[in-house]
Amino acid sequence: MSRLLRWGRPALIVAVLAFGAVFPLVYTNALTTTYAIDTLIFVGGVVAWNMFSGYSGYISLGHAVFFGAGAYTVGLLALHHKVLGSTAFWLLPLGGIAGAVIAVPFGLIALRARRHTFVVITIAVFFIFQLMAFNLAFTYGNGGVSTPFASWDPATYNNPYYYAALVIAVGAIALSWLIRGSRFGLQLLAIRDDEDRARGLGVRAMRVKLAAFVLSAFVTGVVGGLWVLFIGQALPETAFNPAYDLSVALMGFLGGFGTLWGPVLGALILEPLQQEITQRYTSGYAGEIVLGGLFLLVILFLPRGLLPTGQEWVTKLGAWRDRRGRPRRDSGTAAPGPAVAGAGAGAAAGAAERPGAGGAR
Amino acid sequence: MTALLQVAGVGKAFGGVQALSECALEVEQGSIAGLIGPNGSGKTTLFNVITGYERVDEGEVYLNGSKITNLPPDKVFMLGIGRTFQLTRVFSRLTVMENMFVAAHHKERPAGRARIRNPFARAGGPVTRRRAMELLEFTGIAGHAGALAETLSYGQRKLLELSYVLMAEPEIVLLDEPAGGINPTLITTITGRIRELNRQGTTFLIVEHNMDFVMGLCDRVTVLDYGNAVVTGPPEVIRSDRRVLDAYLGTAEGDDDGSAA
Repeated sequence: MSRLLRWGRPALIVAVLAFGAVFPLVYTNALTTTYAIDTLIFVGGVVAWNMFSGYSGYISLGHAVFFGAGAYTVGLLALHHKVLGSTAFWLLPLGGIAGAVIAVPFGLIALRARRHTFVVITIAVFFIFQLMAFNLAFTYGNGGVSTPFASWDPATYNNPYYYAALVIAVGAIALSWLIRGSRFGLQLLAIRDDEDRARGLGVRAMRVKLAAFVLSAFVTGVVGGLWVLFIGQALPETAFNPAYDLSVALMGFLGGFGTLWGPVLGALILEPLQQEITQRYTSGYAGEIVLGGLFLLVILFLPRGLLPTGQEWVTKLGAWRDRRGRPRRDSGTAAPGPAVAGAGAGAAAGAAERPGAGGAR
Repeated sequence: MTALLQVAGVGKAFGGVQALSECALEVEQGSIAGLIGPNGSGKTTLFNVITGYERVDEGEVYLNGSKITNLPPDKVFMLGIGRTFQLTRVFSRLTVMENMFVAAHHKERPAGRARIRNPFARAGGPVTRRRAMELLEFTGIAGHAGALAETLSYGQRKLLELSYVLMAEPEIVLLDEPAGGINPTLITTITGRIRELNRQGTTFLIVEHNMDFVMGLCDRVTVLDYGNAVVTGPPEVIRSDRRVLDAYLGTAEGDDDGSAA
């Protein structure tokens, strides 16, 4: 069982990556690849969100600010400098920088507040930015920004976007993994559990939170930049979209808030579902109604998310099998003692493997 | 000789409530100092003021003669003051070992060389891990190193809190009711550990309601009443000091006034 776990994980990752790499070659249908790109964009978005909100416990409903900033930055640069085709992908880091630059003052203000107050401030800042996109001269108001059309072969038009989205999604996951196992990540998790206690142990909370916020904003900006290149147009209401924040939060909670893979799972389930619903029921609200209903169900029945709950079941099943298989030792409560302790090795690195890692507050 | 920790004329009010007024306290290097007083006398507020969780309205706090008044908690900790909380606070969804690493992070900096730290360095290098394990063995919870902190009992959490505070090798540890809510056997264990640490040079300032605990452990005891340190002395003196009895039981004159009214 443990050997299966040890090799199963890397093997699974390699398999998924390989599948991701060949996907557009197997499924050449433009509609399918469009779904796939949208999904990968959301994988990047939710992983970026989670590396701040999931790890620190500060739930941001304002990440669309960074998404929109990235989208407008990349869109405007591509438009004004006539950046075409795959060259435009080199603009994406600038989208990220736009997000990161905004995140500094945004974070310095918002991160002074905690919990509900923080959430409300992020929403308020979001609406300020949407309003600015509507009203500022350089964003072209209601009409938004349209990017130049790439003159790619229609048959494989989606493929460059697909691979760019895949690279960004994988990069975001890698970054999230790095944070998760690092000292920095541990400080974030400590802040999530008890910020004041963490401060009393030498954690410079504001600095740590701000760093995570800015990193998360950078990745979100990159994702927004790719989105505008793919869609070809950024409007104030689509680039600064409240539904983006709700989707990302829902994906995070569904899959497993604060875990490494939970949010990925959430995006893989929800985004295709949402696309399918929108496609099938053309009335625009169907998707949102389903989304809202699902949110309630998740909060009610899976407050910790799919991944942590699933792992808990597996653990319980294992314990149940152990108990049946083996003659019972006294009282059976013997803690997973020194063996685990000695192997404190990987206690930090394997943080994501812990069943309780996700949990809602 | 200057005291290791000195509180001078500290005042702190919450709205109209004067939690501390003209409060003065000195803790000598290498001692175990006790701080007692009735509920609401300002003991925890004093801890909060020393460790940077509350700002003082007036007065100063010194560590080793240098001013640390109103420094933020993380700085105070790094300067060598560790503390525990009255209601234990651990990082419940981290493992016991990870809890230890949280407190250790700043110790792992490469000393000397002006090298940019890798922001994504893994938590818990071999040195840190070894030290954490030693401390957990010292407090007797090493067997739970891999378990989530939320699975620990209340007493074990107190031990964990003591363990991770020690990660940074503080000069002085402030314990807020270390014997509160735990069984007598564990109290004996904790007493033993405090004595042992003190022998190795750690200074303690302890708030506690358990009089046997305080009187048995502390070199000097300070009594706080209405935010003011009314008397300081060795336990045997404090035990029979009239002002202490007054603080806990109310003054005789006060009673007279009460009955006369």
